[in-house]
Amino acid sequence: MDEILSVFSVEAREQLEAMESGLMQLEKGDHDAETINAVFRAAHTIKGGAGVVEIHSVESFTHVLENVLDRLRNGEIAVSGEMISALLLGCDHIGALLDLVARGQLDVDPDLAAAGAAISDSLQPFLGERKPAAVKAVLAEAEADIEREDADAAVNDCWHISIRFGRDVLKNGMDPLAFLRYLLNLGEVAHMTTLIDALPDAEAMDPELCYLGFEISFRSHASKDAIERVFDFCRDDCDLHILPPNSKVEEYLGLIESLPEETMRLGEILVKSGALTREELDTGLRRQSEVKVGAEDTPTPTLGNILIQQNSVQPEIVEAAAAKQKTISEKKAAEASLIRIHADKLDQLIDLVGELVIAGASANLLARKSAEGTLVEATSVLTRLVESIRDSALALRMVQIGETFNRFHRVARDVSKELGKDIELVITGAETELDKSVVEKIGDPLMHLVRNAMDHGIEPPAARAAAGKPAKGRVELNAYHDSGSIVIQVVDDGGGLNKDRIQAKAIEKGIIQPGDTLSDQEVLNLIFEPGFSTVEKVTNLSGRGVGMDVVRKNITALRGMVHVETEPGAGSRFTIRLPLTLAIIDGFLTGVGKASYVIPLDMVIECIELAGTSGERDYINLRGEVLPFVRLRELFEVTGERPTRENVVVVQYAGQKAGIVVDQLLGEFQTVIKPLGTLFRNMRGIGGSTILGSGEVALILDVQALVSRSANTEEQLARAGHGVSLLTAH
Amino acid sequence: MEFISQTTAAGATRITVEGDLGIYHADEIKQRLIEGVRAHPVLELDLSHVGEMDTAGFQLLAMAKRESERLGSVLRIVGHSAAVREVIEFFNMVAFFGDPLVIPAGEQG
Repeated sequence: MDEILSVFSVEAREQLEAMESGLMQLEKGDHDAETINAVFRAAHTIKGGAGVVEIHSVESFTHVLENVLDRLRNGEIAVSGEMISALLLGCDHIGALLDLVARGQLDVDPDLAAAGAAISDSLQPFLGERKPAAVKAVLAEAEADIEREDADAAVNDCWHISIRFGRDVLKNGMDPLAFLRYLLNLGEVAHMTTLIDALPDAEAMDPELCYLGFEISFRSHASKDAIERVFDFCRDDCDLHILPPNSKVEEYLGLIESLPEETMRLGEILVKSGALTREELDTGLRRQSEVKVGAEDTPTPTLGNILIQQNSVQPEIVEAAAAKQKTISEKKAAEASLIRIHADKLDQLIDLVGELVIAGASANLLARKSAEGTLVEATSVLTRLVESIRDSALALRMVQIGETFNRFHRVARDVSKELGKDIELVITGAETELDKSVVEKIGDPLMHLVRNAMDHGIEPPAARAAAGKPAKGRVELNAYHDSGSIVIQVVDDGGGLNKDRIQAKAIEKGIIQPGDTLSDQEVLNLIFEPGFSTVEKVTNLSGRGVGMDVVRKNITALRGMVHVETEPGAGSRFTIRLPLTLAIIDGFLTGVGKASYVIPLDMVIECIELAGTSGERDYINLRGEVLPFVRLRELFEVTGERPTRENVVVVQYAGQKAGIVVDQLLGEFQTVIKPLGTLFRNMRGIGGSTILGSGEVALILDVQALVSRSANTEEQLARAGHGVSLLTAH
Repeated sequence: MEFISQTTAAGATRITVEGDLGIYHADEIKQRLIEGVRAHPVLELDLSHVGEMDTAGFQLLAMAKRESERLGSVLRIVGHSAAVREVIEFFNMVAFFGDPLVIPAGEQG
């Protein structure tokens, strides 16, 4: 895709989001002029941008929305729910059109075009009717005065069209009246002055020649190009000048300001901003070259001056364009505070930083072996710098999750409407940061959880009233950081999950057998099984039974986990845990036999010596707490003698603690995560690999898998024990 | 295209135009209007039966008005058909002609 197209599409999406959130604010009753303006500006920017990159489908469709918003802004119409809905649909449509652009498809397929037309139609009632240009017939003298007086005030914000029709226009079969009437399709004539000064005396007048000229104040949102096109057919033999309205001048100035930083000619800048039409530029250039040929001595007038003389643009626009042209080269150095860079470049940087970390570790190791004080010092400074570089490089990829969360306001609104529920979405921790690649992948699973919470979680208002709850349902989205992970919660205050029904359904679907005994947590986890859905009524939003298993799959693919808690009658809580980053972590290096293993440092709580040989039991007493553990030596079947002293690394994940028994503790280690080959994809307990300073490979432990493994083992043991005691009691 | 001439009670001459005031009859209209303005110190034009009027027609009306001013005679338009009224209003030339625009009863509201 063209660079300019991709910039447009990114920016248009941002504007679209702004527009959507503005509309939602309007709907909530915030009819602030600033809000309306913000929405209007967003629509306007999209339209303008689409015009510049020539995506006419977006341009013309957004134009309709813009017109409605303009009337809203001018107070000609009031905010209504119907209108907001139609406008939101319009936003969706623009989104769909942008998708096409992103795919590089510039033609709109008929279905989409039809959908767009339907939305445009639904907006028609809000557009009102264009007032006929002519005013009501009153007594002539009186009217003339009134017209002139308010004309001055009203004309300020109008286009000024000055046209002298060519003499032969009538002979060529064209009627100026028809052109001028056609103008009414684009806007409204605020004032028209008909010039008949060119009419010769009665005798000399040829009745088949046209002597008329017009000065027109024209109120319209059309572009200069569009207005000029009205006169296309008579363009060649008439003298036409179109001067933009004052507000438009500001807009041109803004557009000139926001043009991409490329070296451009003055004329190009003006044409791109829309202040000048191609035709006008050509005329200007022609005149410039004529002057050049005509007079050798006189300095060639600048194009800007010619254009001003030609009445094509206002002087201030030319000034701005010239200033833009001048500062383009300078500005490149003092770029704005925000730059857009390609994600690939960032990934490449992070890869390089990863290599740097490994190389740094290697240098560090050699320095220590050499036992040269100065070398050790130098490398330790280096290590510190590498760490800072690593952190800043990773921070580049960090984005706030708020943007993702804000999308759900719209979802909450639509779902509330569709299901006849009143649902409030409460967002906390929007400023929590996480890796961009994670954010991108978490959007869909989150969407599903939120929809589910609204659709299945929150009860209908009547049921809520009966249960003594407030009629307004509440769905919360929280995010926070917790030991190297980001935690995202979707909480609803609905009816909660019904364990009996889940179990019955799972039996019906053949996911479990009737005789199976399951812990509460296991029952709840059944909802993540493929093909599971408890609601009979399939709604538009969720309930097709393809959701939750995909949610879990996506989250697991990100090395994360999802956990569900529920309280009957009080609601459910889905907790997603994800690693903060997918690239580099602080690790804790341990050794078993000759192999090295890395445990993510954020999850390590403490290290203790494994006291004595606590027999074959896989748990120890940690200050009165039962701590289950796994022996890496056994788990990975490491050969060799057990050392006399073993160590337990106590780790915590998702509130669960477990111990990992290793031979040696080797200390902190910056770990660049290298993915495992496809051959090892299904291996449990290993999350990746890394390269040590010595060049050896160390495996990164998947703590989540180890912790849940040890927890499960303990739970089974406990249940087995419980079952035994029941048997003995009877 | 017909120009029917009659004398009103007040002694003015009234010409009633039937047909279109347009480019196709431009020459004829020009002749008739100049003749009328030159021959009668007070000329009333009844345009209430005019079907269409285009730019050429409008120009000729303007020409006639200016000619009458030059001669110091009076040219009044006493009846406007919808088409005539619309064009004069659109061009914002109501004041130039200075005639009251009478809205026929059937067209009101």
